[in-house]
Amino acid sequence: MQWIDGGADVKLLVVEDEIKTGDYLRQGLIESGFMVDLARTGLDGHHLAMTESFDLVILDVMLPDIDGWRIVASLREAGQRTPVLFLTARDSVEDRVKGLELGADDYLVKPFAFAELLARVRTLLRRGMVPIQSDRLQVADLVLDLARRRAMRGSIRISLTAKEFALLELLVRRHGEVLPRSLIASQVWDMNFDSDTNVIDVAIRRLRAKIDDAFEPKLIHTVRGMGYSLDAPDAA
Amino acid sequence: MPPERVARRPASLALRLTVSIGLVIGVVFLTLGWVIERSIEHHFAQQDAEELGAVAQSVQQALATLQPGSSSDAFSHSLAGAVSGHHGIYYYVADRTGTTLYVTPGPRLDMIARTLPVATHVALGNLHVWQELGQSYRGAVLEFPAAAAGLGPFRVVLATAIGFHQHFLAEFRQTSWIAMALAALIAILSTWQAVYRGHAPLRDISARIRGISVDRLHLRLDPAQVPIELAELAATFNATLERIERDYHRLSNFSADIAHELRTPVTNLVTQTQVLLTKTRSTDAYREVLYSNLEEYDRMARMIGDMLYLAQTDNQLIKPAVVEVDLGKEVDALFEYFEPLAEERQVQLTRIGEVSVVRGDRLMLRRALTNLLSNAIRHTPDGQAITVSLQQDDQGTAIEVANHGDTIPPEHLDHLFERFYRVDRSRQRNSDGAGLGLAIAKSIVEAHGGTIAARSCDGINSFEIRLPRRLT
Repeated sequence: MQWIDGGADVKLLVVEDEIKTGDYLRQGLIESGFMVDLARTGLDGHHLAMTESFDLVILDVMLPDIDGWRIVASLREAGQRTPVLFLTARDSVEDRVKGLELGADDYLVKPFAFAELLARVRTLLRRGMVPIQSDRLQVADLVLDLARRRAMRGSIRISLTAKEFALLELLVRRHGEVLPRSLIASQVWDMNFDSDTNVIDVAIRRLRAKIDDAFEPKLIHTVRGMGYSLDAPDAA
Repeated sequence: MPPERVARRPASLALRLTVSIGLVIGVVFLTLGWVIERSIEHHFAQQDAEELGAVAQSVQQALATLQPGSSSDAFSHSLAGAVSGHHGIYYYVADRTGTTLYVTPGPRLDMIARTLPVATHVALGNLHVWQELGQSYRGAVLEFPAAAAGLGPFRVVLATAIGFHQHFLAEFRQTSWIAMALAALIAILSTWQAVYRGHAPLRDISARIRGISVDRLHLRLDPAQVPIELAELAATFNATLERIERDYHRLSNFSADIAHELRTPVTNLVTQTQVLLTKTRSTDAYREVLYSNLEEYDRMARMIGDMLYLAQTDNQLIKPAVVEVDLGKEVDALFEYFEPLAEERQVQLTRIGEVSVVRGDRLMLRRALTNLLSNAIRHTPDGQAITVSLQQDDQGTAIEVANHGDTIPPEHLDHLFERFYRVDRSRQRNSDGAGLGLAIAKSIVEAHGGTIAARSCDGINSFEIRLPRRLT
């Protein structure tokens, strides 16, 4: 899957006036395999978005010239369906609702972890693709039987609790991606806020004990400071 | 100009009082003046009546002495003598046919005799006042019965000039007007002065309030030192100030805490980076420090996020999106979330009690419960238990999270919900939590109109959330 590493033909537009933020977003996204155009003003961003074709726009709401919402509204009016992920410093429900109502697809509140941004970008890019309808997921010799909620490592059946299976399914479905703890918490446990406990670490450790400890190669990887990923060694 | 009119300031208290008191004084003086004038006038009328009565008697006596056939001279002489000693008295006597028998020089009394009603004797009630040639007269028309055969009855008109009385009255009226106007003016001015002086306690209070500033928020008004009418105002003001002082101190402590909580990690980051850069190191060493920095940044970002959330809930910027929440289901979901952690620590999670749905913000309540649970797990020794009990009564719903653990000294209990409060001050920074979890829980519960309290005895620590029966 070329989605995993971005892919040479995936083009992103970043509209961000803050110099440092803009630079690191561009660098991070390029190093994750995307092609990135960076606009430092709202007008430039709007012009680029209208004249060129992008797979996704990452838009800062607070821009000095025209705000991000007006850009989204104007794109949608012009019939542009490019997914938009907006970045906001204000974490108020009204702001989020306003953004989503104007036609943005997702939002992220500053400060955010880069891994979180990357995960959201990939989710948005994956949207619209027809999901592969399959009862089986496989990475290396790990096989998930979704219908019967069973996991096999090689020929050995591994018994998992419901939540462990849900966690493993998330890692497998998005294998190759670094999943931040907050994303795991919200997808598996529906916990949509940062908790200061290390519940996710413990849960991953227990899952590892079951699917990795007795096997080779190891599939679950800790990415320090960012999160976890599941990957077959040859793909890493 | 905006279409709606700006609300006008109500008239000043001094003006209101002065105007109303001035009106009362004016009415009182006018009434008094009128009464005095009337009684003087009445007195004059009575005097006139007495004098005219005396004259009438003399005239009647004179008429009685008349004999039929007396000459008109004798007639006149006799009548003129009758009223000697009375000044300013006019009279006129006519016989039955209207022929004038006698008239004093002066007003045309014969005219009066024909126009005014006739009486038999002089009394206050049958005196009349009229004017002739600029002079005012008071008088009466009488009919005296015949004294002797062939004479009479007589028609007699008696009058007295009252210009003197009227002059006196006019003068009196003028003097009394001036006196009353002066008195009223003095009364109004002293009212004004009294009102102004009466407001002195207000100015005192105002001066004291002016003396209150941020560094002197402890100053209070003494309700015993102000007039009784202002005691309530002073008490209300004190209560308001009390709240402001408390909030102000909490806020300034909060800022100090933020500064302190952020200074330590920032200092660590700076020092660590500086040391790292003192010489060339291996890539691994750089990576190690960057990772460590990243963890620190992460913690700081989380703390900032928590503080923002707290500021928003505290200031009602986040309104609970009220839906029906099944607390039992929520607790079970949270148990599922915490299960790996609890199992690892061999801490048993138990829920007792069932409650019907409550109305509240599901996410916020979940966050509050998460904070209580993670706090409980953190402070429960390995192998012990945590119990969440749900209860419902007329007052509302109670959720209690109880765990085994060291008893918390009572002096700390009330402070547990303060931001950054730590029972053990020496454990300044540890890996878990920024010290905002319980403050956030409290803020969320209060946004729902509920209360939260901590108890600790015999090795059991418990936190109880009470939600009101009906959430507004």
